[in-house]
Amino acid sequence: MSTKPRVPVLEGWFTLEEKPHLIGTKCAKCGTYYFPRQSLFCKNPACDSEQFEEVKLSRTGKVWSFTNACYQPPEPYIAAEPFVPFTIAAVELAQEKMIVLGQVVEGVNVSDLKAGMEMELVLAPLSEDDSAVKLTWKWQPVVTTARGAQ
Amino acid sequence: MSGEVAILGVGMHPWGKWGKNFVEYGVKAARNALADAGVKWQDVGFVSGAATMRCGYPGYVAGATFAQALGWQGAEVNTSYAACASGSQALAAARTKILSGACDVALVIGADTTPKGFLAPQKGERPDDPDWVRFRLGITNPTYFALYARRRMEMYGDTQDDFALVKVKNAKHGFTNPNARYRKEFSAADVAASAMVADPLRLMDICATSDGGAAIIISSVEYAKKIGRGDAVKIAAISTVTPTFASAVIEMPDLATDSAAAMQAHSFRAALPKKAYEEAGISPKDVSVAEVYDLSTALELDWMEDLQLCERGDAARLVRDGVTSVGGRLPINPSGGLACFGEAVPAQALAQVCELTWQLRGQAGARQVANAKVGITANQGLFGHGSSVILKR
Repeated sequence: MSTKPRVPVLEGWFTLEEKPHLIGTKCAKCGTYYFPRQSLFCKNPACDSEQFEEVKLSRTGKVWSFTNACYQPPEPYIAAEPFVPFTIAAVELAQEKMIVLGQVVEGVNVSDLKAGMEMELVLAPLSEDDSAVKLTWKWQPVVTTARGAQ
Repeated sequence: MSGEVAILGVGMHPWGKWGKNFVEYGVKAARNALADAGVKWQDVGFVSGAATMRCGYPGYVAGATFAQALGWQGAEVNTSYAACASGSQALAAARTKILSGACDVALVIGADTTPKGFLAPQKGERPDDPDWVRFRLGITNPTYFALYARRRMEMYGDTQDDFALVKVKNAKHGFTNPNARYRKEFSAADVAASAMVADPLRLMDICATSDGGAAIIISSVEYAKKIGRGDAVKIAAISTVTPTFASAVIEMPDLATDSAAAMQAHSFRAALPKKAYEEAGISPKDVSVAEVYDLSTALELDWMEDLQLCERGDAARLVRDGVTSVGGRLPINPSGGLACFGEAVPAQALAQVCELTWQLRGQAGARQVANAKVGITANQGLFGHGSSVILKR
């Protein structure tokens, strides 16, 4: 593993704890959650609030759907050489009633996933440059399947 | 909005990757539409253009650009931008102008020249732009199409073979369409042999981007009668509603849906035709033919259900049974759809209306839907844009 410093690819989008959370906001008046954070105006048409509190979103949820990227995405994606396909999941958070996209941890394939599967948020490398490893959030099956286990 | 307007003429410039200036496609389509309408350019009182964001300033002011290219003749101009629904929004502007009595005849027009390769975001480090962020994280356009497709497989048991059948059907429809870019028949085996892009979607499940142009001449019903065209196809409804919060489906370019913690979740795609049906006073069971935005094969199945043409989860069975093929009970995308055209954004919603006009007139040749009386379009684009147009004979 690289000895370079590990820094978040997006500042303030997630906590760097051992059990990380996405950082969102919650409308102080109607309780609507936002990710990424919203702190100017509530988007609920029945709410005129401009007050928000920062919240850690649930770090587990259930798979809504999933896919993968077989081809290297265009810039600003920074791919390793050679490009390694990765899995993507849309995960439904029960309390927030929202679906959040993210890459799935390395070693878990489309064939390992099913709708409704329990997933948890982890931090993992997205890319690496000369000075640092850039971390992002990724989804990981809570009970890794036989094929997904590394 | 109440009241109908007449479609006097429609015209297109063939879709392709021609690499020419978009104005050329638009003018050609406009001249075809004027000839089809039997209306003189000088008699057009309002030019309603759909903008393109990829062709510089002339694209931002497309209505005026086309009016100048056709020869300034003192008409009023308008330009609309609404992503994939730009053409419908330009059509809605022209319809409003006519129904208000401010003009008798309008030209609605859209054309585009698309760059080669991936549609990528603007350069630079821009973490406040959701489109930049999702590409930085490796989330491309096919990601979203694939998530919807996989959701169908998980919920309804659809298969990749079902999706391939949509491609096979649309390729067969577009095979004889002179305006289609891809005029080649494909087998399910061809689709299965194409490269996987975003599982479960393969290259042949996903539409390309194209150059093309489409134009429509509309008028008041009184004007149509006056020139002996009282039997012209009519526009019965145009819906360009926004989503309603909380939007339930993960939409490009977002990384998350709205939270439905405080407000009920809504489906945007289902809302678009609902408003059109209500406005037209027409029921889904009256529909003879539909042109829907098949950005992917699987998305055509979602649209069939959003248009209430079948129960949720039943669309794949209809495709398997041949119901949605020309010759079946309810043909979908007789033009060949985006599968055969590729997307030319500001022209695409207008191309759907052109096809339905030909279908309702009985002029669609080998791809003619027998006895077509009511047609509906549907499309959806970025940032809460979408449309659904109902035509009737």
